[in-house]
Amino acid sequence: MEQFLTFLYENKEMVFIIILSVFLGIEIISHVPTVLHTPLMSGANAIHGVVIIGAIIVMGSAEPSNYLALILGFLAVILGTLNVVGGFVVTDRMLEMFKKKK
Amino acid sequence: MENSILWLTYIAGSITFILGLKMLSHPESARRGNLVAAGGMTLAILGTIFLYQDSEGNKLHNYLWIFGGILIGTIVGTMAARRVKMTAMPQMVSLFNGMGGACAAIISIIEYQHHHFVSGDWNIVGVILAGLLIGGVSFAGSMIAFGKLNGNVTDKVFPAQSIINMLVLLLTVGVGIYLTFLGEQNMMVLYIMIAMCLVYGVLFVMPIGGADMPVVISLLNSFTGVAAACAGFIYNNQVMLTGGILVGSAGTILTILMCRAMNRSLLNVIIGNFGGGSKAVSADGKERGNIKEISLSDAAVLLSYSKKVMIVPGYGLAVAQAQHTVHELEKLLEEKGVEVKYAIHPVAGRMPGHMNVLLAEADVSYDKLLEMEAANAEFATTDAVIVIGANDVVNPAAKKDSSSPIYGMPILEVEQAQNVIVMKRSMNAGYAGIENELFYEPRTRMLFGDAKTSLQKLTTEVKAN
Repeated sequence: MEQFLTFLYENKEMVFIIILSVFLGIEIISHVPTVLHTPLMSGANAIHGVVIIGAIIVMGSAEPSNYLALILGFLAVILGTLNVVGGFVVTDRMLEMFKKKK
Repeated sequence: MENSILWLTYIAGSITFILGLKMLSHPESARRGNLVAAGGMTLAILGTIFLYQDSEGNKLHNYLWIFGGILIGTIVGTMAARRVKMTAMPQMVSLFNGMGGACAAIISIIEYQHHHFVSGDWNIVGVILAGLLIGGVSFAGSMIAFGKLNGNVTDKVFPAQSIINMLVLLLTVGVGIYLTFLGEQNMMVLYIMIAMCLVYGVLFVMPIGGADMPVVISLLNSFTGVAAACAGFIYNNQVMLTGGILVGSAGTILTILMCRAMNRSLLNVIIGNFGGGSKAVSADGKERGNIKEISLSDAAVLLSYSKKVMIVPGYGLAVAQAQHTVHELEKLLEEKGVEVKYAIHPVAGRMPGHMNVLLAEADVSYDKLLEMEAANAEFATTDAVIVIGANDVVNPAAKKDSSSPIYGMPILEVEQAQNVIVMKRSMNAGYAGIENELFYEPRTRMLFGDAKTSLQKLTTEVKAN
């Protein structure tokens, strides 16, 4: 228990960010009209592609001799990029259609 | 200096994610919002590649690998996203979501392998394994959801499935807890845990019916968000943390909103007791009246001489790719002085807002689309309603029959209109697998056939009138 509290305290800024982001996420989405649910889900999908940054860090700090890290890291970069690029492009295509209205 | 610039790009990234999500909630600013978020993401990615330093001040290397991966991902992602048909959008979102989940799981695997185990550092190992569990389940689940929407995977239910699912989940978490407190590395057990995560992801989505897929995708979307946040925690990376948690919480709320629109609890969807189709019988087994068919020419006359026509699109319209045809019919009727509007049920189609996207693709004007409450207020003064490939969302049993599985779900009250024309391929039940009394109502007439073909024929008839 004490260990856990220390852990939380050591990461107090992170814990703060997490808690505030939870409320922010709820606030933002509560005012969305149903029409935009699909594009919004798709946009949010692209945003969690931010995990690509982790993949880049893994890839970029992998030792040249650590093949597991190299191969998996490379795969992770590809997958993360797919998530980001595909997500944003799909969302843009959906929203492009809304723009045509008068 | 470099560190503070990197930090600034992360701040900028976090702000654009928040602004982007905010702007995505208004039709006028939605497209810009998406671009804003994409811009912030690019900035944060470039910042990481060129400015990131680890705790000992080492910069990243393996640039060739990094840029190679990004190049491949960009080309494949752009092509896939550009080519996909509008009707296949939900499974595409699911596919990209799975990629993100897999990415998070892989990061956890490498970090676990990398980790220098010292006593008392179980907290960080716990976060790594949580990322693996959530990311892995999200990946496997998204792939199954993709397969189901694409028609490659069918619903599979076996006895005591929810109990077995629960056991597998508990066992997986148990292995995770064992590894967390083990205090040393054990790759073999890790591999077993990976396999279990994937198995659970498959089992989790397998019994859930196709109609509930949007809810599942939305839920898995928020899972991936949390998995990304776990990775952000490992690297002490604020932008990953804000991005991941924002999506995690927003996705959860979106999931709950979707469930609410269907009047079901999230638990009910997950345990999945009516997606399996075991209740595919009429609730009371009582003999129904006769259905009445309508001929194309009668339908054309009826529509041409109506003052107000309401179109209720459903998944059938999406499957038949009939959004352009329906827009043509709408224009034709408007030329004849008929007021035409669309009534959109929140869960019509395969995702909330799916119908709006499809109709917008066909250039249907945005202010012709009425949301459920607005539409229900207008049905009483509507001369004719055309229901195109929709079923459960217009089923009066949701209001009247307390034994019906969809009882309590808000519906479009089309039965209040003077005339109802139901376009349908056959008398088969809808996704919820229940009979629809609406079809036997005296004011209802059926027009059987593929939605697109029927609409084309109907348009020709209306032209001739």
